[in-house]
Amino acid sequence: MNKLTIGLMAIILWSACKFNAGDKKTLPIYGNRHPITKTVDGKTITDTIYQTISKFKTVNQYGDSINNKSLDGDIYIADFFFTTCPSICPVMHRNMLNVYNVFKGKGDIKIISYSIDPKHDSVPVLKKYADKLGISGNTWWFLQGKKDEIYKLSESYLVQKPQEDAKQQFIHDGSFLLVDKQKRVRGAYDGTDTKQVDQLIADIKTLQNEPDQSIAQ
Amino acid sequence: MKLKAIGSISVLILILFVLSCQSEENLEFERYYSNGAVVYQAHCQNCHGANGEGLSALIPPLTDSVFLKNNKNALACYVKFGLKGQISIKGKTFDDAMPANDLSPMEVAQVLTFAGNSFGNKLNTIDIQQVEAGLGKCK
Repeated sequence: MNKLTIGLMAIILWSACKFNAGDKKTLPIYGNRHPITKTVDGKTITDTIYQTISKFKTVNQYGDSINNKSLDGDIYIADFFFTTCPSICPVMHRNMLNVYNVFKGKGDIKIISYSIDPKHDSVPVLKKYADKLGISGNTWWFLQGKKDEIYKLSESYLVQKPQEDAKQQFIHDGSFLLVDKQKRVRGAYDGTDTKQVDQLIADIKTLQNEPDQSIAQ
Repeated sequence: MKLKAIGSISVLILILFVLSCQSEENLEFERYYSNGAVVYQAHCQNCHGANGEGLSALIPPLTDSVFLKNNKNALACYVKFGLKGQISIKGKTFDDAMPANDLSPMEVAQVLTFAGNSFGNKLNTIDIQQVEAGLGKCK
């Protein structure tokens, strides 16, 4: 019994120390995964295929075509919004501004906001919104695409699919999704919660330091 | 010892006296203000922010005491029916629409008393009578 207690204490102590080694933290990889076997140099190896973000085609606030390839080599944060959203979008983008201010102009970090109301949110509307928010340059893109494609795309970001209620109001998920250079979702944060957004900023830095991040697929 | 006891009792009485001196007016303000904080959180904070800071050039801050004072009678209309067109707040122009809010006149009075006396503003109590009068004159 006494030995058991000592053993338990040792385990607790060891895990406490391990917990403190926070700088070695790695982020989880979300979504479905499946193993594949392939032959490389005559040897059969097993690899894991992770769920990645589907292809998409959109235009940004400058009228430039933006697709999944435009984000090659970038870590990025995605959300879904619309410019006339009266409920959670203002607080989401107030919090996203904090992320923007930390990472703007820093090369391999991007923010993309997909409009779920592309009928209203045309390129000039998105440009005006970005201007008023105080966004310039190419760190944060506001994207207009085809509505059904954007709705479908939300599934690969593992968020609740947007929907419209009886009053044609859009209901959508307030999440910020962190996507790595291999286009895998590595974190989901409540964009209306400043504490979670602080965590997102910390996790982006963790992801930047991940060795794999230098190898773009 | 006796002196000490008398001393502390008189201090206590003095405190009670001061507390009871809080006029009815003050208590009314406190009621409006504290209820208004709850209304603000539920209906205003997403857009205007926890500190009334607004959002860049999209949503105006609630810190322009001069604007609030000059438009004091119309504030109830803005809250209840929303606001369209261009306004100038702290020298910056805002032209996006504010949506209407389905609030009772009492809730409007509470939230106006809260916002009107937070974020550096000092409008004192905006009571339900003032709100009802204001709502009667909405354009």
